[in-house]
Amino acid sequence: MKAREEKEKKAREEAHYYAGQKKGLWWKYLLAALIIFIYLMPLYVLLMQSLKSDTDISSAMSFPEVWYFDNYLSIIEDGTMLRAILNSAVVGVSTVLLEIVLACMAAYPLARNDSRFNGLVRTIFLGVMMIPPLTILVGVYTLLVGLGAINHRWGIVLTNVAFGLPMSTFLFTNFIRSIPRDLDEASVIDGASVMQTFFRVILPQLKPIVATVAILHGVSAWNEYAYSIYILQKPEMQTITLCIKKYFSSVRNDYGGAAAAAILAILPLVVVYLVLQDAFVQSQVDSAIK
Amino acid sequence: MRKRMRQMNLMYLPALCMVLLFVLYPLFRSVYTSLLNWNGYSPTKRFVGMENYLDLLTDKNFRLSFLNTLLYGFGSTFLQNVLGLAFALFLNTRFKGHKVVRTIVYMPVMISGLIMGYIMYFVVRNHGALNEILSWFGIAGMDWMGNGTVGRLIITLVNSWQFCGFCMVIYMAGLQGISQQYYEAAAIDGATSFTSFRYITLPLLIPAISSAVIVNLIGGLKLYDVVVSLSDGGPNYATSSLSYYINNRYFEAERAGYASAVGVVMFLFIMFCSIIMNRYFRRREVEM
Repeated sequence: MKAREEKEKKAREEAHYYAGQKKGLWWKYLLAALIIFIYLMPLYVLLMQSLKSDTDISSAMSFPEVWYFDNYLSIIEDGTMLRAILNSAVVGVSTVLLEIVLACMAAYPLARNDSRFNGLVRTIFLGVMMIPPLTILVGVYTLLVGLGAINHRWGIVLTNVAFGLPMSTFLFTNFIRSIPRDLDEASVIDGASVMQTFFRVILPQLKPIVATVAILHGVSAWNEYAYSIYILQKPEMQTITLCIKKYFSSVRNDYGGAAAAAILAILPLVVVYLVLQDAFVQSQVDSAIK
Repeated sequence: MRKRMRQMNLMYLPALCMVLLFVLYPLFRSVYTSLLNWNGYSPTKRFVGMENYLDLLTDKNFRLSFLNTLLYGFGSTFLQNVLGLAFALFLNTRFKGHKVVRTIVYMPVMISGLIMGYIMYFVVRNHGALNEILSWFGIAGMDWMGNGTVGRLIITLVNSWQFCGFCMVIYMAGLQGISQQYYEAAAIDGATSFTSFRYITLPLLIPAISSAVIVNLIGGLKLYDVVVSLSDGGPNYATSSLSYYINNRYFEAERAGYASAVGVVMFLFIMFCSIIMNRYFRRREVEM
């Protein structure tokens, strides 16, 4: 009898608790909806604009009068956009590959060998990380002109890699430090050379940090604009940001076409982000909190 | 063993060479160029000493760009961190669908600042979305980017809006690292939610705040892409930032020496700010 009463009382309390929480929840959903609205509205406006023809004068927030897909068709037919996406992919992938190879090689001795000279090298890498790329624009650009790197994809790849290396070397060094030294020493006793130890013992363990660096610097290479605009001047070398710039500055009255180009430009990255979002967020957090 | 260590050191040579050649050497080259009167390509260079730096003092557009850079840097850092922390605290209350909000708020961080500026152009242009939304509430809109004062506020807002998600995920990670026990203990002692925020959450978040603030501050102080796409520095340099001004002086005005001088000043200023900030936060960190 008593047990039943208690059970009922508990159920009543629970129901009350949930009712209370539900009552307290409506403001959360309202706030969440407001945040979502503020964040999706510009993308919604862009999408609607891309589906309107030039003669469609409906307001920015409304649906098109007629759903119009020619903006996309003409961009695809034109082909410059697809070429730009391909160029960006080539630059992005080469940047990431070269940077990862150089950074994890550099990180291994810096993590394992604490000589005074290596301390100096570490300081150089840390110090260089503080130099914002655009502040030394004149120095870098005149150097690239001297090297004949203008209008070559390798010019922007090397620039990207050089500015990304300090950060990724730093991340790799910290990561390798967390791998027990005993593993290296065991392989030394087994008679492995430096390279063998690096490739067989260290490299296989670097997967998580390789993913972090690949995401961070892949995204920034894909989005790079400030240096690309001067290095890749030939139209057939244009990357995605340069192509978008051209769409928006030369066709100020073709809003639909420009909007469709912007949608196509952000689409690849947004899709990859939506699929791998946890990895994206994690890599950002890992790189920021040292 | 020593020989092995020396062999090992060879492995950082490629990376070190890259950094020395493409970053450190250009830095010295920029510093040297800042002492020249040079258009950037002709073989004739004239050594003028500190003249470029003295010119900076009287250049109205440099002063404007510098002040704008301060606004972009400190203004967006403030907004991003306050909003990012608010969002993180809000999402930390774990309602159904909080992950969707995180996904959406973080999405703009992935998008290039240049393209984001162009996207925002559809919002702030004359017949854009912002004016329309305002008209729903009977408020008259305006040509937002036509006015320099409003333009630089819009750029600050767009930049804060875009990178707010960055702060949010940093703070979400920071909040997860704080043990629930502190809050329970504080609740037993009768702490209100404000006092436990002030005396538990905030002090323990200092490492997260310090990284978010420094990353944002450096990012804001070198703001470039979004300035190009939203206003192209105009009207009449009213929204120009230092990065924009370096590009403008170098490639438009063909004053490589002067552009280098702006770059050197900007570099020193950012260096100074990040050192001060680092010190400030280092002192406030607590051990638990």
